[in-house]
Amino acid sequence: MSALTFGKALNAGLRHSMEADSKVVLMGEDIGKLGGVFRITDGLQKDFGQHRVIDTPLAESGIVGTAVGMAYRGFRPVVEIQFDGFVYPAFDQIVSQVAKLHYRTHGQVSMPLTIRIPFGGGIGSPEHHSESPEAYFAHTAGLRVVSPSNPQDAYVMLQQAIACNDPVVFFEPKRRYHERGEVDLDGGMAGPDLGSAVIRRRGTDVTLVAYGALVKTALDAATAAEDDGISIEVIDLRSLSPVDYATVEASVKRTGRLVVTHEAAQTLGLGAEIAASITERCFYHLEHAPVRVTGFDIPYPYSKLEMHHLPDLDRILDGVDRAMDRPNSLSSLEG
Amino acid sequence: MSQPAGHRDEGLIQLIDPSGRRTPNEELDPWVTDVDVDALRGLHTDMVAIRRIDQEGTALQRQGELALWPPLLGQEAAQIGAGRALEDDDFIFPSYRETGLAYCRGVDAEDTLRVWRGNAYSGWDPFGKNMATPQIIIGAQTLHAAGYAMGIKYDGGSQAAITFFGDGATSQGDVNEAMVFAASYQAPVVFFCQNNHWAISEPVELQSNTHIADRPVGFGIPSLRVDGNDVLACLAATRIALDRARTGNGPTFIEAVTYRMGPHTTADDPTRYRDANELDLWAAKDPIERLEKHLAGLGLDTAELQAGAAVVADAVAEKLRKAIIGLQDPQPMDVFENVYSQPHATLDRQREHYALYQQQFADAGSATEGGAR
Repeated sequence: MSALTFGKALNAGLRHSMEADSKVVLMGEDIGKLGGVFRITDGLQKDFGQHRVIDTPLAESGIVGTAVGMAYRGFRPVVEIQFDGFVYPAFDQIVSQVAKLHYRTHGQVSMPLTIRIPFGGGIGSPEHHSESPEAYFAHTAGLRVVSPSNPQDAYVMLQQAIACNDPVVFFEPKRRYHERGEVDLDGGMAGPDLGSAVIRRRGTDVTLVAYGALVKTALDAATAAEDDGISIEVIDLRSLSPVDYATVEASVKRTGRLVVTHEAAQTLGLGAEIAASITERCFYHLEHAPVRVTGFDIPYPYSKLEMHHLPDLDRILDGVDRAMDRPNSLSSLEG
Repeated sequence: MSQPAGHRDEGLIQLIDPSGRRTPNEELDPWVTDVDVDALRGLHTDMVAIRRIDQEGTALQRQGELALWPPLLGQEAAQIGAGRALEDDDFIFPSYRETGLAYCRGVDAEDTLRVWRGNAYSGWDPFGKNMATPQIIIGAQTLHAAGYAMGIKYDGGSQAAITFFGDGATSQGDVNEAMVFAASYQAPVVFFCQNNHWAISEPVELQSNTHIADRPVGFGIPSLRVDGNDVLACLAATRIALDRARTGNGPTFIEAVTYRMGPHTTADDPTRYRDANELDLWAAKDPIERLEKHLAGLGLDTAELQAGAAVVADAVAEKLRKAIIGLQDPQPMDVFENVYSQPHATLDRQREHYALYQQQFADAGSATEGGAR
């Protein structure tokens, strides 16, 4: 085991995948000499050459569209979109081409693309640099959507995503890039299935579902809640499409209460889908309606306001209090 | 079969060379006959002032007063030359590096900078300044300029629209589509590309296998490739383009060949990807020094010239620093403002709930001086 930052773990995952399969190529803006604006591809162009780590012109639709062509030719492109808010010019290629080619060709053409997107807020960035667009992609049939929360998962899940023959949109929680964790570099891509959720902390009173950057916040909330005698089970969703409902369902059947948190807006977000699906599956086990603790239905705000938009420990615990029928911010509205 | 021309060096239009010598140019000369010594001095003061604002931006970021700053160092001539060619009612669609254009439009420097502190997304009223707020999505604003210009044409206006973007932006679909629309409708728009040679770490050669100014020609848009560190040439070229727009001759493309002397933003480290020798080459073409040499040749005392400009720059800088450091943070409930122009039930409910949530902390604070928990 080695202690690596999240960013270095991603770098190691890319390196391992490139060593294992000569058809793996990286494409993106500034990923070569600079190593990417977050240095995730640092040193890879030097070691693998300009034909495998390709600095592209500044055109996101062009990057994804040419990656589709590379995949037609038998390559396994790993695309870096520099920031979440820059993916939209490529949205047409992703939704109309990447997601649908396997279906359109009756399975004859596969699109083993991995589209890496640093996402989420909390780092004081300017406009278009802090977005959480995952629901758009999870809503799109044909795409797998995942988000690791820690260095070990970053390392393993990225290799799994690259090896996957379906297109995978890989959301990296950028505010965790510098956090360290133990990584089993010798384990390759061995680990839980790419599509599976993992219980990070056992608890008995309420199930708290999070993914990406908020998993750490959720774990901190669970620790804080202990002082109040509340036992929170924290599930790291990891895969947003498909969602591992079996794991969430089993947990909610034990706890009877569900809170889902994400940075993305509430309306039609992952929280809405999980709340609906778990209500269908666990209706008679639920002691309270599922609770969502999410970003508001607003454009991502300027950075001096972002702490009011992002769910933090206190807002998550307020949501837990609601799920537990304890005094909370909405108590005055009841009765 | 015609061949791409590559990145040859000939064909750069210039009126003042790096040594400060006035070089005649048949095409541009007629457009600057009114630019006398006083006017040149004004252009010099403008460039010194925006360089100073830019230095303050970098310093304030280093001091933690700004979250980020995108320097314009080296691009003063392109921005002031273009900015001073415009009429007040021509509409500007800029990228995020056009501090000089905002200055020309009378935007207070603190209003340009507070966006980079994270206090706002927009520092001025676009209709008050006839200038859209800085665009971060690369190239998106060029379509807006084309559309605005179509509007001018269809409502019978006499103005022009002008859009600013970099060499990297020319790779984006939006910029190419903007040229298609502008050409098809012969819209009165000026495409002003500051080719500063670098899109973060990527050299212009990665974006274009030919001069950027060669591309618009394929769309049916005439272009000028000017020395972007020559303020007089930039002024003349922009005047030509604006005149074409106003006289019904449609769009024009200007490639101002300049250089980004600083990092992409304060978060960038150019030593990782570019050669220091390149900086030396471009330092020798500095736009401000060049004009100082030219004015010295016309008999102006350089020290006196610099001192006069410094008075203006110092005043701008002092006001700017005070205003930025004294800025109040926005209020929590501001997070819900301006999403819609009319009430929206879903958001109204979220606002109401968040107010109740905030109230808990206020109540707890007054009761126990502690947090909500």
